[in-house]
Amino acid sequence: MSKSENKLGGSCLKVGDDINSDVIIPGRYLISIDPVELAKHAFEPLGEEFQKKLKTTKVIVAGRNFGCGSAREQAASCLIGGGVQVVVAESFARVFYRNAINTGLTIVESPEAVKAVKDGDELYVDTQAGTLETGGKTYSFPPYPESLQHILRAGGLIPYVAEKIKQEQSK
Amino acid sequence: MTLRPRTFVEKAIERASGKTGLVPGDIVDVTPDVYMSHTASWRCIRTFEKLEGAKILHPERVAMVMDHIAPARTSVIAAYHRLCRGFAKEQGIENFFDVNAGICHLVLMENGLVRPGEIIIGTDSHSTIYGALGALGTGVGFSEITAAWVTGVIWMRVPPSIKINLTGKLRPGVFVKDIMLKIIGDLTADGATYCAIEFDGELTADLSISERMTLCNLAMEMGAKNAYVRPDKKTFDYLSEAGVDFPEEDALFPDEGAEYMRIVDVEVSDLEPQVSCPPLVDNVKSISDIAGTPIDQVFIGSCANGKYDDLVIAAGYLKGKKVADGVRLLITPGSREVMKKVADNGVLSTLIEAGALITNPGCGACAGDGGAMDDGEVTLSTANRNFSGRMGSYKSDIYLASPATAAVSAIAGVITNPEGESK
Repeated sequence: MSKSENKLGGSCLKVGDDINSDVIIPGRYLISIDPVELAKHAFEPLGEEFQKKLKTTKVIVAGRNFGCGSAREQAASCLIGGGVQVVVAESFARVFYRNAINTGLTIVESPEAVKAVKDGDELYVDTQAGTLETGGKTYSFPPYPESLQHILRAGGLIPYVAEKIKQEQSK
Repeated sequence: MTLRPRTFVEKAIERASGKTGLVPGDIVDVTPDVYMSHTASWRCIRTFEKLEGAKILHPERVAMVMDHIAPARTSVIAAYHRLCRGFAKEQGIENFFDVNAGICHLVLMENGLVRPGEIIIGTDSHSTIYGALGALGTGVGFSEITAAWVTGVIWMRVPPSIKINLTGKLRPGVFVKDIMLKIIGDLTADGATYCAIEFDGELTADLSISERMTLCNLAMEMGAKNAYVRPDKKTFDYLSEAGVDFPEEDALFPDEGAEYMRIVDVEVSDLEPQVSCPPLVDNVKSISDIAGTPIDQVFIGSCANGKYDDLVIAAGYLKGKKVADGVRLLITPGSREVMKKVADNGVLSTLIEAGALITNPGCGACAGDGGAMDDGEVTLSTANRNFSGRMGSYKSDIYLASPATAAVSAIAGVITNPEGESK
């Protein structure tokens, strides 16, 4: 998010409402925390066809309550490992929202954009400007709260804590 | 200056952040009292190791429980457990609970690590259960636990609160699990997203701590950040049994006139047993609409319904009966404490005589640790999730119900209404 490149996105893949974190990354694979390894199993319950499409997908577009269920952080990191840059949804479950911020995955709430997009459409998000472009239309979304920007600027929670430790040590 | 009347969660976050005048939507840093990690502990440690120069500020606030997959099924898991054991020793983490302890939530509560008004963050989404003792419990990712070890703080957004008033008297055969499934079905899986839930009303006051755990545990399935039941004599008795000398004046209570986003009144006197149907927890039906569905397996356990009284209820129906031919009945006591109690008073024998397979205490089949299903198989479970693939094949089905419904269904081999069944 802090990188000079604020524009993220590409080809979209749509899913429905209440996609839970057991569907995003089944519990049996939580023996890893390597995002690339985890990505091989992302959305496995949705079938091989879906997983094949996921390989060329940059944007997951979801309905309501994306990421509900288990608090597993790998639900966010497996998407990063699979090359997903943005998740756009009508709404997100609470823990997924936190996990996305903490792992550096960009997520955007935009019910209008979700309705407008089809599988394979291109969608781009400008996090700095708070805008989302798809199908020749621009949608705006509220930015992340100011008080969380320090985590986002660092690229996630752990990089932020690492910076903080360094600052303490150099005092 | 008179303060605006506040909800429980507003008070808890204000106290833990040192701020006043907070309103829903405000984001502040709070200092949690306990950081719980379960099977995810090794992930927290691996993350910690990446942080050069990091130290654990408050080892006494760290709690680790080796649940979910316990004892180790593979050498990979064995290595993770070993890593955690060694780390706990090296870092002076006294609240380390090994593979024999049971489900993290029950273990923490039984060991007096959950106290009214405190903030407990955990790597498990069902950390909402700590509200049963008037604490603010909430689930977080593993990196957040690591960050809390190092910084002692975590950011929290002050949530709006929903009050759920429970009134009436449950019919025989109907239980708190049925109340919660009904509420989840009505409010839906995102009906309380990012909200706090306060359970109130005459019935809530009558409930045991174990029943309050079931309430608060399942609140998560509506997306809640936390849940709460006001502490009372039962709470303080539970705490002293757990060896905690808790000064009652330290508990937090919502103010009269506090603002709620929504107030839901639930009268339970006419409620039928409820069943959550696959593959989502809010897909809830009354038992009369689903009775007769054939089942291959029954699981009684989990942090929602693997407690002592849950097993006693199940044993009441199973006494002198046999599990139906071809049906496996798995019973997993929630903790070592629960296991010991049912062993001491003969409940365990009743369950075994009926044909139940008793597993070691822990999460068991709810976390996919044993009890896997083949394509097309069906389990009736007392757990809190029925998502596809949680118990084996992605093409198997999980139904959720109370321990009473689970027990009578195990005997019949089909989903069965416990009302009117002898016990």
